[in-house]
Amino acid sequence: MGTEFKDSIHRAVNNANLTGALGKFSEAYKVNRAKAYEGIDFEELRGRIAELKSDAAFRFDELSELFTRNAEAAGATVFRTSDPAKVREYILKVARDNNVKTVVKSKSMATEEIHLNPYLENAGIQVGETDLGEWIIQLAGQTPSHMVMPAIHMTKEEVSDLFSKEVTERLTSDIPRLVKVARDKLRPTFLAADMGISGGNIAVAETGSIVLMTNEGNARLVTTLPKIHIALVGIEKLIEKFADVATILKALPRSATAQLLTSYVSIITGATPNDDGSKKNMHIILMDNRRSEMAADPKFKQALQCIRCASCLNVCPIFRLVGGHVFGKVYTGGIGTILTAWFDELKKSEDIQGLCIQCGACKDVCPGKIDIPDLIMEIRRRLVEEEGMPLIQKAIYSVVNNRHLFHGMLRAASIAGKPLVSGTFIRHLPLFLADLTDGRSLPAIADKPFRDRFKEIRQPVCKEKAAFYAGCLIDFAYPEMGEALIRVLNKAGIEVIFPLKQTCCGAPARYSGAYETAAGNAIDNINALLAEQVDYVVSACPTCTVALDHEFISTFESLGQTEFIPKARILSEKTMDFSTLVKKLVDEGRLSLKEGQVLGAITYHDSCHLKRTLKVAEQPRELLQKAGYELKEMFECDICCGMGGSYSMKLPEISGPILKRKLHNIKETGAPLVAMDCPGCVLQIRGGFDKDGTDVQVRHTVELLAEQLQ
Amino acid sequence: MYQQFKVKAEGVSAEVYRFITNDAALGFIIQFLQKEGVADEPQKFALWADCPFLEMVDRQPLEKIDGVKFNVTRELSVASRFGISQMEWALADTGSLAQKSTGIAQRLVSSLPIIHIALVPTSGILPDMPSLLAKVNPKECAYLAMITGPSRTADIERVLTIGVHGPERLVIVFVDELGGDN
Repeated sequence: MGTEFKDSIHRAVNNANLTGALGKFSEAYKVNRAKAYEGIDFEELRGRIAELKSDAAFRFDELSELFTRNAEAAGATVFRTSDPAKVREYILKVARDNNVKTVVKSKSMATEEIHLNPYLENAGIQVGETDLGEWIIQLAGQTPSHMVMPAIHMTKEEVSDLFSKEVTERLTSDIPRLVKVARDKLRPTFLAADMGISGGNIAVAETGSIVLMTNEGNARLVTTLPKIHIALVGIEKLIEKFADVATILKALPRSATAQLLTSYVSIITGATPNDDGSKKNMHIILMDNRRSEMAADPKFKQALQCIRCASCLNVCPIFRLVGGHVFGKVYTGGIGTILTAWFDELKKSEDIQGLCIQCGACKDVCPGKIDIPDLIMEIRRRLVEEEGMPLIQKAIYSVVNNRHLFHGMLRAASIAGKPLVSGTFIRHLPLFLADLTDGRSLPAIADKPFRDRFKEIRQPVCKEKAAFYAGCLIDFAYPEMGEALIRVLNKAGIEVIFPLKQTCCGAPARYSGAYETAAGNAIDNINALLAEQVDYVVSACPTCTVALDHEFISTFESLGQTEFIPKARILSEKTMDFSTLVKKLVDEGRLSLKEGQVLGAITYHDSCHLKRTLKVAEQPRELLQKAGYELKEMFECDICCGMGGSYSMKLPEISGPILKRKLHNIKETGAPLVAMDCPGCVLQIRGGFDKDGTDVQVRHTVELLAEQLQ
Repeated sequence: MYQQFKVKAEGVSAEVYRFITNDAALGFIIQFLQKEGVADEPQKFALWADCPFLEMVDRQPLEKIDGVKFNVTRELSVASRFGISQMEWALADTGSLAQKSTGIAQRLVSSLPIIHIALVPTSGILPDMPSLLAKVNPKECAYLAMITGPSRTADIERVLTIGVHGPERLVIVFVDELGGDN
């Protein structure tokens, strides 16, 4: 990562106004969004949106033609181009032909995408933004930090300073007064404008209509008062059917701002009358700018299902810390990372793609059903493919890919780290694990890894067998979790085998875009885990479980390596996470927990991969309560702890504050104990409490259940 | 559906009334205008766009009030405190109003004044947007407008503030006699 980029992150996380405003907003958004969607089957709705948008993306040419025909029949002029430069030239030509001196705009991300304002201003045309947020940032000479709320990063004091200059009056920071000033100041601008420029939220091919939504009412004025109206619409806004407008409008305001509908929706079809009786000089520009290329890309075509609600920003634990400016000048947040890689260039996304911690929160709420984290991974993969991997990472993964060398180094670390151990935590780790200790202590590498301890564990002879996939953390840092797992499964009549040739699950390599390394790991593990006939493959690490369950297959698919896919599928069918397997065994009556225990309060942290990829949330909670714990839910129980594998090494300045928030939320419950199903989260949260000096026990569910076996 | 509409519309700060007869509705509007200070001077005019309601009622009581005007122009719209128009439909599930707004007078009186009074036939209440879009053929309606509550923004510190570029009050007057058994 470049120093400039790191600096922008530092500035952002240390900007209390920004993190305060975004933090408050994200908390309120979650509650309000849920309320706005009450009584609506969100999965059904987003299924329909994804389908109608992806269908449109397959037919851009056909729909563009149909749209053009219908809009022109209704009296509009339609200009189609793939080139942003041609868009700018066209708008300037219309302006010059009609002697336009001033333009009013309602909010349009497409015009931001092509940097229209400076272009027109350089040509001597005055451009007035009229959306309040856009106007504020225009006065401040900034760019939008959020797609829906462009000035969310600014305080009312900053706004009153800006406005005071405009009205040559010293204004206070009274918000209603500031809004009134904007109304009064912009009224004459609207009335004098020769031309209105808008975007378009939807373009309907079968009728040639464009749909505009605002809360302030500025789009109504922009499309009503000036005699010329130009709407700049990206072709991904095309849909075929008029009736489908209702489908998108059902989701867009609910997802964007948790409203049932924006204050104003205008559906404009062709030229409307002006107040002098003439007809509006109306132009619609359908802009491609690489959208067709995107539609032809088997992976990225999905991104065209976006309806630009920005909910992926609103739920992102990273975005709420750093805001939009870190992401760049136009499109921000999760989807923004993807759009920047395409509409700008892949190289531009090099730094910002690294901001994604892969927690999956955005994927859960996306009304276009876009797998944003997966697409960001694909960007990583292509960046690595194009530009190779930084030398240091390459060195690390060449080690990870050599099981003997990797395990040898981890063993060496347990000795080398010794002098620095205090209690069970160490302050420094050798090699690539250095720098990990900022804000969090790290576990000591175990004296004796699980693979060595396993040989000494005596198990009863059982009919069923499970292969245990430990993953690096349980094997080398938390072997006691593996021992606990064996106790639990033995009790249910399952013998646990531990294939010694298992190695790293490949997640670290995959999440860095090193898919070749990940595929090598996948093959080693498939061979190791399927060598002996077993009934289950069980893991107590959700990230490893996801690797075994989904990612081996998708890594092979991404690389076009089909040879191991059938075996990967067999492995996937046998794979289960610990809590799901145990819940099943308890339900089947094969495993009992002690009755009538009163174990006190506990709170539960949902690990990202467990909750959002494996969809497991209730099982561990039910088991812990059955064991006798009293569950006290924490605020934001399913928000990432900031670990994200190597993320916490690469971006400790972001990981740190996210962890701090998590620790705070845990403490607020008053429970002396927090459980979770992921050794990575245990590492992060236990280390956080150790540094912080708070006496809260951090345990994996497997350990807690092993203590309560009947 | 009226009750559902009322709850949703009031939830977004609209004011909702209902009258059985046209005359009762007219009486209410006159009283409202007078209470809110209608007068024959700029920034106090009431500007009423052509609509079926106006043709159905006896306009005489209106003509006695100073400042009520019917010739909608851009200048008068800017100078009016009240804009009055009739809208065809109301959507119960979001508390929205909808209108074929191709005629510019309809848009001027509902977007430039401070207070927008919208008359709606009670029979125009539809359950939701799909039923509205099924009724409107965009090829015959160049400007379909939907209005949900007054103009609003939250662009400064996410604080909800009413009345930016559009009206800061939306007064909805349902009239059963305009057609209706909802």
